[in-house]
Amino acid sequence: MKTLVIVEHNNDSIKQTTYSTVTAASKISEDVYALILGHNLDTAVDELKKCDHLKKIYLVDKEILSKPIAENFCDEIVKFLKDKDFTHVFTPSSTFGKNLSPKIATELDVQQISDIINIIDDNTFERPIYAGNAIAKVKSNDSIKVVTVRSTCFEPCKLDSQVEVENMSSELSKNELVNFVNYDESKSDRPELTSAKIIISGGRGLQNGENFKLLEGIADKLGAAMGASRAAVDAGFVPNDWQVGQTGKIVAPDLYIAVGISGAIQHIAGIKDSKFIVCINKDEEAPIFKFSDFGLVADLFEALPVLEKKLQ
Amino acid sequence: MKALVCVKRVIDYNVRIRVKSDKSGVEKDNVKMSMNPFDEIAVEEAVRLKEKGTLTEIVVLSIGTESSQETIRTGLAMGGDRGILVKSSDEDIDPLNVGKIIKNICDKENPDLIILGKQAIDDDCNQTGQILATLLKYPQATFASKVEKNNDNTLNVTREVDGGLETIKVKIPCVITTDLRLNEPRYASLPNIMKAKQKKIDILDINELSLDLKKRVEILEVNDPPERKPGIVVPDIDSLVDKLKNEAKIL
Repeated sequence: MKTLVIVEHNNDSIKQTTYSTVTAASKISEDVYALILGHNLDTAVDELKKCDHLKKIYLVDKEILSKPIAENFCDEIVKFLKDKDFTHVFTPSSTFGKNLSPKIATELDVQQISDIINIIDDNTFERPIYAGNAIAKVKSNDSIKVVTVRSTCFEPCKLDSQVEVENMSSELSKNELVNFVNYDESKSDRPELTSAKIIISGGRGLQNGENFKLLEGIADKLGAAMGASRAAVDAGFVPNDWQVGQTGKIVAPDLYIAVGISGAIQHIAGIKDSKFIVCINKDEEAPIFKFSDFGLVADLFEALPVLEKKLQ
Repeated sequence: MKALVCVKRVIDYNVRIRVKSDKSGVEKDNVKMSMNPFDEIAVEEAVRLKEKGTLTEIVVLSIGTESSQETIRTGLAMGGDRGILVKSSDEDIDPLNVGKIIKNICDKENPDLIILGKQAIDDDCNQTGQILATLLKYPQATFASKVEKNNDNTLNVTREVDGGLETIKVKIPCVITTDLRLNEPRYASLPNIMKAKQKKIDILDINELSLDLKKRVEILEVNDPPERKPGIVVPDIDSLVDKLKNEAKIL
């Protein structure tokens, strides 16, 4: 058993998702290797070298790999795998991994296992289906297991090692069918919904977009990301990309605060992996109470200013 | 230009999912089924591209039982021109095999664009578009939130990636998978629903395709997710803050 972890990074630093994926890989066997592709990777590799569990880091530094274009990454990874004996290829189940990993699996003619949350043995995994409303235990019969890992389900590995790095040469030529144009990083001072430790979301109960300001002060104090229910998005209160739920973002923060959200099935599906759920709603019959660790029956317009003050 | 739009019939997103007591899967009998929401966005995008004059024909493809014809009809009522159903009694086809089936159809239909949802809300795999692009050796633009046609037979596609938006330029033919922000799908009007009944759906049997579709992944069992332990209702903000500080140890 020998696992390769495909490293997610931004050329300057390693993404947390990589560290969780290393932990997941270490549950298959202690033979864990990492492959990092990119350009000008010195500082990123310095970080990666500290990863516990890794036997070795393979490094491909090439200009055409400076942007994570899936076609180029896939070509390089498939070439790399050719004369090696890896039994497992693990990639974080982020947009980077979701875009890339199925291509690797297809080139190897194997069926990828997506978004695993638990490892039973070297060919059996658990993964959420129906947005986490059911958990499937699946067994792969393929010779190489290509897997994406839900990083929120595995602790990041420790960073106290000193791992050997092998520089790999590359004859990769650029795929001419696709070109990178630009990357527009979200300018928000708030954390991303999918990686935030605390999220505060509003629903139809907020009545209009203006009232989302009531959540802002609390979000600022908690360093929280802001989200919304589908009802609030459909009503035009806030932009689409705020939507948390089965058809929006699936989140798993330490604390999720649902304000004026009734708790429709499709919203619950997107938040049920949160460590703690708090709701504030004036309708004590609202389904959200059944899923909340702590619920407060209150008029949100009275409760929110008080809560903000208490968080001083 | 011609587009192939792939649609999947799934349990409606508003239905509460029930795991079968024998753990073999989830209950699908007498449950409302709908088009996968992301595929609806794919159909809508194709219809908009046709309205703009970029596309001349939209073919709506589904793989599944006879009932998947309804899903195709929904796509035709939204503005698709004709449909193809690849009939299969097995509804749990591995995405790799789904990709191989769609490729087989592409080899006959030669679409310029293949548009499909980024994932189906039943198995949540998020793979089919990427698999198909790899099999066809076409470029892929996944998680699209904006699609613009350039004059030189390329598309600029803005992609929703973690932490921001990435724009790539892909040569046509290509595969696009849709994300939520791309558009808001229309409701089919009654006249269009009536008209869709006259549109043609070709039905192929999956076995006629002579593909090797052996199962790679076995579903051993399907379970309910771990239940959340029952919570409590707190009387006021003070006790809420106290619970978060002292019990949850978050604040």
